[in-house]
Amino acid sequence: MTGLGSPRVELRNIHKSFPGVVALDDVNLSFQPGRVHALLGENGAGKSTLIKVLSGALAMDSGQIFLDGQLVDVTSTTAAQAMGISTVFQEVNLIPAMSVVKNMALARNNGRYGFISWKRARKDATDRLKRLRLDIDIERPVGSYSVAIQQLIAISRALEDNTSILVLDEPTASLDAKETASLFAVINELKSNGIAIVFITHFLDQVFDISDDVSILRNGQLVSTDQIKDLTRQDVITQMIGRELDEAEHTAADKSNFTAGKDMLVAKGLGRHRTLAPFDLTLRAGEVVGLAGLLGSGRTEMVKLVFGAIQADAGSIEIDGVKMPKISPQKSLRAGIAFCPEDRKAEGLIGELSIRENIMLSMQAKRGWLKRVSRKEQEKLAEEMIKALAIATPDAEKPVGQLSGGNQQKVVLARSLASTPRILLLDEPTRGIDVGAHAEIIALIRRLCADGMALLVASSELDEIVAAADRVVVMRDRHKIGEIDGKEITRDNIIQMIASQ
Amino acid sequence: MSDISQNNTSMGWFSAIIRHRSTWPIVALCVILIVDGFISPNFYEIRIVQGRLFGNLIDIMYRAVPTALVAIGMALVIGTKGIDLSVGSIIAICGAVISWRIHAGDTHFVILLYALGAGVMCGVWNGILVAGMGIQPIIATLILMVSGRGVGLLINSLYGGTNPSFESPLLQGLSTGHIWLIPTRLFVAAAVFLGIWLLIRRTALGLFIEAVGGNASSANIAGVNARFITFLAYVICGLCAGWAGVIMTADIHTSDPISVAMYIELDAILAVVIGGASLAGGRIYLGMTIIGALIIQALTTSILISGLRPEYNLVVKAVVVLFVLLLQSANARQAIATIFSRLKR
Amino acid sequence: MNQKYWPLLATITVFIALFVIGGSMYNNFLSTLVLGHILADNAFIIIAAIGTTFVILSGGIDLSVGSMIAFVGVVMAVLDSAGWHPLVTIAMMLAFGFLFGAFQGFIIDYCKIQPFIMTLAGLFILRGGCFMVTLDSVPIKHPFVKMMASTRVPLPGGGFLTTGAMVMLASLVIAIIIAHYTRFGSNVYAIGGDRESARLMGVPTRKTTVLTYATGGIYAALAGVVYALYTSSGYPLAATGAELNAIAAVVLGGTLLTGGVGLVAGTLFGGMILGLISTLIIFHGSLNSAWIMISSGILLFVFIVMHRFLIGSFGRQKLS
Ligand SMILES: Nc1ncnc2c1ncn2[C@@H]1O[C@H](COP(=O)(O)OP(=O)(O)OP(=O)(O)O)[C@@H](O)[C@H]1O
Ligand SMILES: [Mg+2]
Repeated sequence: MTGLGSPRVELRNIHKSFPGVVALDDVNLSFQPGRVHALLGENGAGKSTLIKVLSGALAMDSGQIFLDGQLVDVTSTTAAQAMGISTVFQEVNLIPAMSVVKNMALARNNGRYGFISWKRARKDATDRLKRLRLDIDIERPVGSYSVAIQQLIAISRALEDNTSILVLDEPTASLDAKETASLFAVINELKSNGIAIVFITHFLDQVFDISDDVSILRNGQLVSTDQIKDLTRQDVITQMIGRELDEAEHTAADKSNFTAGKDMLVAKGLGRHRTLAPFDLTLRAGEVVGLAGLLGSGRTEMVKLVFGAIQADAGSIEIDGVKMPKISPQKSLRAGIAFCPEDRKAEGLIGELSIRENIMLSMQAKRGWLKRVSRKEQEKLAEEMIKALAIATPDAEKPVGQLSGGNQQKVVLARSLASTPRILLLDEPTRGIDVGAHAEIIALIRRLCADGMALLVASSELDEIVAAADRVVVMRDRHKIGEIDGKEITRDNIIQMIASQ
Repeated sequence: MSDISQNNTSMGWFSAIIRHRSTWPIVALCVILIVDGFISPNFYEIRIVQGRLFGNLIDIMYRAVPTALVAIGMALVIGTKGIDLSVGSIIAICGAVISWRIHAGDTHFVILLYALGAGVMCGVWNGILVAGMGIQPIIATLILMVSGRGVGLLINSLYGGTNPSFESPLLQGLSTGHIWLIPTRLFVAAAVFLGIWLLIRRTALGLFIEAVGGNASSANIAGVNARFITFLAYVICGLCAGWAGVIMTADIHTSDPISVAMYIELDAILAVVIGGASLAGGRIYLGMTIIGALIIQALTTSILISGLRPEYNLVVKAVVVLFVLLLQSANARQAIATIFSRLKR
Repeated sequence: MNQKYWPLLATITVFIALFVIGGSMYNNFLSTLVLGHILADNAFIIIAAIGTTFVILSGGIDLSVGSMIAFVGVVMAVLDSAGWHPLVTIAMMLAFGFLFGAFQGFIIDYCKIQPFIMTLAGLFILRGGCFMVTLDSVPIKHPFVKMMASTRVPLPGGGFLTTGAMVMLASLVIAIIIAHYTRFGSNVYAIGGDRESARLMGVPTRKTTVLTYATGGIYAALAGVVYALYTSSGYPLAATGAELNAIAAVVLGGTLLTGGVGLVAGTLFGGMILGLISTLIIFHGSLNSAWIMISSGILLFVFIVMHRFLIGSFGRQKLS
């Protein structure tokens, strides 16, 4: 190991552009051993591109990478791993159909002559998962776990013995406080072992909790690198978005105009065997219902059951007092419900299609395939949405798969809004969205609600729920355990309910 | 994302053209036709014989019609991430139905409807297996591929004829006749093309097919009825194959289920892929599919007029098709360019 | 039981059920003799299908299989008339199969040509190659071939295993080991499951793709060898359409054509089911050609539906 002060990794004059976008413009950065370096910036600022270049997933246009003072050529992810650069990418990258243990053993040297020793692989996998306090069945396919657990699996997979720099791209985007805490414990341990850690996130609290250095990117350029102790929250935000953002705007949404309207959706005894115990749920016009619970408590399942993305085997749903004979995504959409799924890669987007096509898909589906939305209307709608949600893209024709993670999330959100629903179901709507846009989306939710829409918002971020919800449904172990509303809605109350037996 | 060749930023109009997906197939078609000009000096000659245009160029279009018709339907199926291996068998069944109904003495317009109806029914069958029962497309359509020609033979045996030959002014008019110098079947192909184009681009069907082919579970959650859309694609494919069946059967004046339209499914799939679509689904390029069909026919015609020994046909065809596709790949273009620049030195 | 074994179990159940039904319809059907015959007659298809399983697991497809079988046979026969020892030509053809497969894999990965198309070109090239070598059926007369053809291991109950069947079983065991106990095998599943993720996880995608098609190629060549020994001849039109049978065997064995999901062992039973279909038709005897085609389609349909139904009844949730 090199002495203190000399960087583990140094990036010099990195350039990278995509058709129509300069993603990285002459970026110079260095990461020190034994320090956590936070990389911040708005959606589309170039953070993920930077770490992809560093870990061999993308070839840069020009620039140099030094590892422990040596100029290196990172040609592939395989090469990067051999050099000790371990990365967890933003979109969870695991093979869904393969079991956890197989994913953990993939592209790892274990056993001789190209053979795999499954006994060792199993032990190794269990050990690694234990470090993150994750106790799961490692023979089950990864795809059967929630995004958050997949995230944790991907992280523990990256914790290799030879790792000298660990890169984490939004690892906490779908984690609860508890999982985040265990992750941070591991990060601190690695840090004391002299490993350099690069940490990308949109949660400023976490930045101040764990990081030592902070670098901020804006529009592909490095704005600043500072030690965290020299910065305030306000500084960080200002540098990120290039203007001042009222902190109050960020946290407290205006709930003063709340008056619950008539019942719009009533679910009675809805449930599914081995998925979620039967529950009752009422959504009212002009009210935001938050859905809180720990990871795996059944939040996603509840939203999906209401939408019909999972078929219920018990109970019924009434919309405006009329019973729905059968619930399916198509029927729900026609009835005025829209749903924004949690897993944007697997269930949200169609990567090859353009932003415009993705945004208008639900609206078109609602109209039926015979009544085509004219090209002009489509373009108008796409432009509106791009503007309203500040989606960073050169134009509406860009394939969604090429957008940055946060911007993809905005497209999923835009799609559900574009179908002009009366009832909106959002599962982790702000996953991976930057601070500025986050505030705008919460404000948007409140505005929609003031216009008489009924909302159900599931989130792993308690602050978000506290800020946005008029009523909170609390989940534990695949059961609905209760509701709280009004002044009762505080962080502590929710935590207490979840914890009480 | 993995494509390193995408990194270029300086995009002049020239490189934009080079990269455009339509460029290379069209270039390839032109090159084949130009080479033909060298092989046979009067290749481009077009004469009028008995009130109809004749000549190699007309001939290529004329012969490409069945493949093009089948390929149009195939493009939709491939757009849903599916494949239809049964089109040859559907053509055989249509032929048998035509021959049978002519024998039974129906009016010829009704027979046309019968034939197209048979195509649609076959499509419905495939659609039920794929969309309704969730069987993997290649296997689901293999069932009809394996048994369809047998069904054709069975229909033939309904009236005892082993190899019955027939005459039908309407059907043969559609297939081998001509209107204002131009072969009627070109009008048929154009009409089917236009009809399908309007169907997918003037309604949202095309978008829905592409969405389902791109990511079926996303499309479903977005509210698209993925099953129905997939089903519809197979039905349309059956209809297109039905048209091809009418044209081909009327051309040979008989129902010959065993050998009619052998390997047409491969040609149709090739046409779709040469047109730039991916078998992994998600995109439909109808116009380019027609270019693809023309390339395949132009190639077959060139091999014929070149007088190459028939043993070499397959190899030449394969090599040329591969070459056309290689041109579409940026990596391969780069490799070819470096080889050439080395040769020059 | 682990959910991933359900399709395999369903395939085996369907096979046994149909075998028993055949037994109830025809005398002498339910015997090791018939079983041995099914194995012997379909050994080459199953061997080819094992190779195809790897290709399909990796998310690709290989259409060049049937032509490869014919090409290997033709070359072996012609070299046999030229006086070469079969063992030498066999080694040569296996190497050729490997290299040809590797070539296809390389073009597919490097030039981003779709597997269906590249291997379709491979189909044309090899079939054309057959025609260039000879247009007639050429017998293979070497005593070694006769010996191989007559070697057989008796089974209890009057049946026997031919050399071809034994080669097939041996190559199946090797394939199972490769698929489930080597890094290469894991990599195949990974790139079939999600290619981009696999790349980001550090799987060498190009090497894996090339090796996958090479494996497909060497298995196809081995199938060609077995077929040539089985028929003691080489014929340029041999095994037309064998690639579709191989794919059908793989899929009937429970492997998903979209890649990443399936078991090599399933392919054995998939291939046996196809063999059972033709055996049932042969046992019936009096079918004309129309009904032979139709009933193979119907039987295929019945198998697939039973397979679906069984997996469904194991309680599996709907695959999206
Ligand atoms: N493969 C690609 N093709 C074209 N453009 C791309 C591609 N990948 C990224 N981009 C563009 O590069 C820019 C930077 O994207 P990047 O993913 O690095 O953003 P990010 O900072 O990680 O944002 P987020 O916080 O939303 O994850 C974006 O404008 C994006 O649209
Ligand atoms: Mg990112």
